[in-house]
Amino acid sequence: MTTVTPRPESIVEDTVAAPAVSTPQRRHLLDLDDWTPDEMRTILTRAGEIHALLENPSAGRLESLRGHVLVNLFYENSTRTRVSFELAGKRLGADVVNITASGSSVAKGESLRDTVRTLEALGARIVVVRSGAAGAPDLIARAINGSVINAGDGWHAHPSQALLDLFTLERHLGSVAGRRVVILGDILHSRVARSNVWALTAMGAEVTLCGPATLLPPSAARLYASRPTPGTNAPRRVTVESSVERALTGADAVMVLRLQRERQQAGLLPSLREYSRQYGLTEARLALARPGALVLHPGPMNEGLEIDPAVAAGPQAVIEEQVTNGVAVRMALLEALAPAREGRQTHG
Amino acid sequence: MADALLLRAGRIVDPSQGLDSPGAILIEDERVAAIGSDAMRAAEGRDARVIDLPAGWVVAPGFVDLHAHLREPGYEGKETIATGARAAARGGFTTICCMPNTNPVLDSAAMLDSLLDRARGVPARVRPIAAITRGEEGRELTEMMELAEAGAVAFSDDGRPVSSGRMMRLAMQYATPLGLPLVEHCQDEDLVGAGVMHEGAISTLLGLRGWPAAGEEVMLARDLTLVRETGARYHAAHLSTAGSVALIRQAKTEGLPVTAEVTPHHLLLTDEWVAGERAGPLAGALGELGLMVPAGVRFDTSAKVNPPLRSNDDCAALLAGLLDGTIDAIATDHAPHTAVDKDCEFAEAAFGISGFETALAALLALVHAGRLPLATLIGALTERPARAWNLDAGTLKPGALADLVIFDPDEEWTVDPARFASKGRNTPLAGLTLRGRVRMTLLGGAMVYDASAAEPNG
Repeated sequence: MTTVTPRPESIVEDTVAAPAVSTPQRRHLLDLDDWTPDEMRTILTRAGEIHALLENPSAGRLESLRGHVLVNLFYENSTRTRVSFELAGKRLGADVVNITASGSSVAKGESLRDTVRTLEALGARIVVVRSGAAGAPDLIARAINGSVINAGDGWHAHPSQALLDLFTLERHLGSVAGRRVVILGDILHSRVARSNVWALTAMGAEVTLCGPATLLPPSAARLYASRPTPGTNAPRRVTVESSVERALTGADAVMVLRLQRERQQAGLLPSLREYSRQYGLTEARLALARPGALVLHPGPMNEGLEIDPAVAAGPQAVIEEQVTNGVAVRMALLEALAPAREGRQTHG
Repeated sequence: MADALLLRAGRIVDPSQGLDSPGAILIEDERVAAIGSDAMRAAEGRDARVIDLPAGWVVAPGFVDLHAHLREPGYEGKETIATGARAAARGGFTTICCMPNTNPVLDSAAMLDSLLDRARGVPARVRPIAAITRGEEGRELTEMMELAEAGAVAFSDDGRPVSSGRMMRLAMQYATPLGLPLVEHCQDEDLVGAGVMHEGAISTLLGLRGWPAAGEEVMLARDLTLVRETGARYHAAHLSTAGSVALIRQAKTEGLPVTAEVTPHHLLLTDEWVAGERAGPLAGALGELGLMVPAGVRFDTSAKVNPPLRSNDDCAALLAGLLDGTIDAIATDHAPHTAVDKDCEFAEAAFGISGFETALAALLALVHAGRLPLATLIGALTERPARAWNLDAGTLKPGALADLVIFDPDEEWTVDPARFASKGRNTPLAGLTLRGRVRMTLLGGAMVYDASAAEPNG
């Protein structure tokens, strides 16, 4: 299914200029492991400005992507991420094209490389891609001249989600430095967890990865110990813990991950019941964390499975804010990464 | 004796006769007539053509590869017998044992006859490995006795393991009287599942499904238990883990009739190459030699291979196994693919590395860095694989086929897959500058590759 969004007919006179691009060397957002804290700070600061503008109906429109074609290329189902990028692109004046395709490009008989080269020939300058295949955004980034934004690839990365999570945490905590964030659930298969580890640790937070041992990624402690933060060379503080009680005690925030029901069918879990009883975030477990500890969830939630409905709807949950903040963060990303109007001619 | 050829060389290395010295080789009627000082005397008064080789060049027996994929019939877009043999000649390989996972599978005497027919006249000796089970489906044994008569040098379902323990046990019982090795691709399919790279920190970094070391070791341990019972000749293909080396070492200590091979890439490269990070023994050795190793790309499908590239510790254990004799042979597992097979999402990409044309140069990095004696390297490419499978190859003793390789160990060149003779340009070594280059390859005394003639300016 392809839908083409026409450009707005009315010409908007009152525009707010975007700041100078502060990371001119970076054209893509593939993952956050190689981002410095300063680079992330630039995006978060700009997202804060945009957030304020969006809340003020009398403020002018942002137009920095006027004339750009942004393609949302989604090989996996997604509502919130696709709509979030679509709104972000439109609010910056881009022409947004949504392409949803089920299955892999290989299954369709057309290679991903051919698909994106075709899109580029049609004028696409920014490709936002969601794929079940880890590394698909890297492949696209090598194939086209424009910018590539990873909107989630397999188990690998979901960097815009991590930045909006960071943005949301900072709005409540001020800074995440010195804070401890628990990521709870199916870490092994989670691109959200992987990207959040890079983002949170770079900004000085300690991360505890917690889940049943069959859902923890191999050699995680070794991986993070061997990759200090770029720019500062600060060590990344990551611990891996299978006891949910130990993990939650004293935590400043809990990020609950969605549990895919097929994990039980694949034998990784004895039963959803046991998972829910042992790892579900209940009010009693949340009480182990610091008073007022924040509760996040990237969605969509299985209420009653990984998270108790009372917690999801409770005062500590910031789950809807995450969704709202996503638009501002993605606008800031699009501004920073979009190619200059004239386009860059070389492959990177 | 107009056809006699006298090679005078600064260095002849032939581990089959403990030879490493300057000297000469006299070749007559496709065979070695004399070697060493005998060759000079034998050539006196004869009308022999003389080639004086540059002093630094090394002459060795032609390399013997126990593990190659020639793709014909069925996958001629990836490779043909002719292009594969030309690539072998460029790499110094004169005897290449080809795996049966073609389409159709090499599982009948008629298929072998047809393959050997097509291999006539190509610039390498092609020795077929026949399937263990019909169609490599793991259900019925092939007609091994007839296949042996038709020229099979070993049996393997390579590309796939023999998953059924019962079927492997039957194959061992049936094949033991034939004396030919059963070659196992050790991969417990249940443990490995859809794994695409070594399970470890890098698979966690990239979010790729892991292929654990235990997936190899569990099947190797099973097979060794069956060898202990049946006494079958068993050969473990492409060892990739430290645990597998330990298992083979123990089996040899027990006196089991077991041999094993390792590929250049499992000795030299680590899983970090999949992430574009050039770590491990090759990168280390080239760095010590002052040769730049450019960074690669993330999700590098050219480093996707089965079994997968593993950790630096695994590389070290494999090298130790080669040095102490636990591992018998270096085999390329030459696995050519088309660009389309590799230019896609990592999980979708084909497994395999096109290996013939870079094997020697890559391995010589370990020699130059002082980690591997040249004679050990040559032995693992010649005498030891030939002996392991009882092949008429791998030696320059008088009377032997005059299959030999001549290489300049010090010439530096940059790997450019576009210049490969192989149709498979899939190599993670593209763009690397290596030290050591094959200059000439002789098959039965005839020059089948001459770098100077092939590339007068290169």
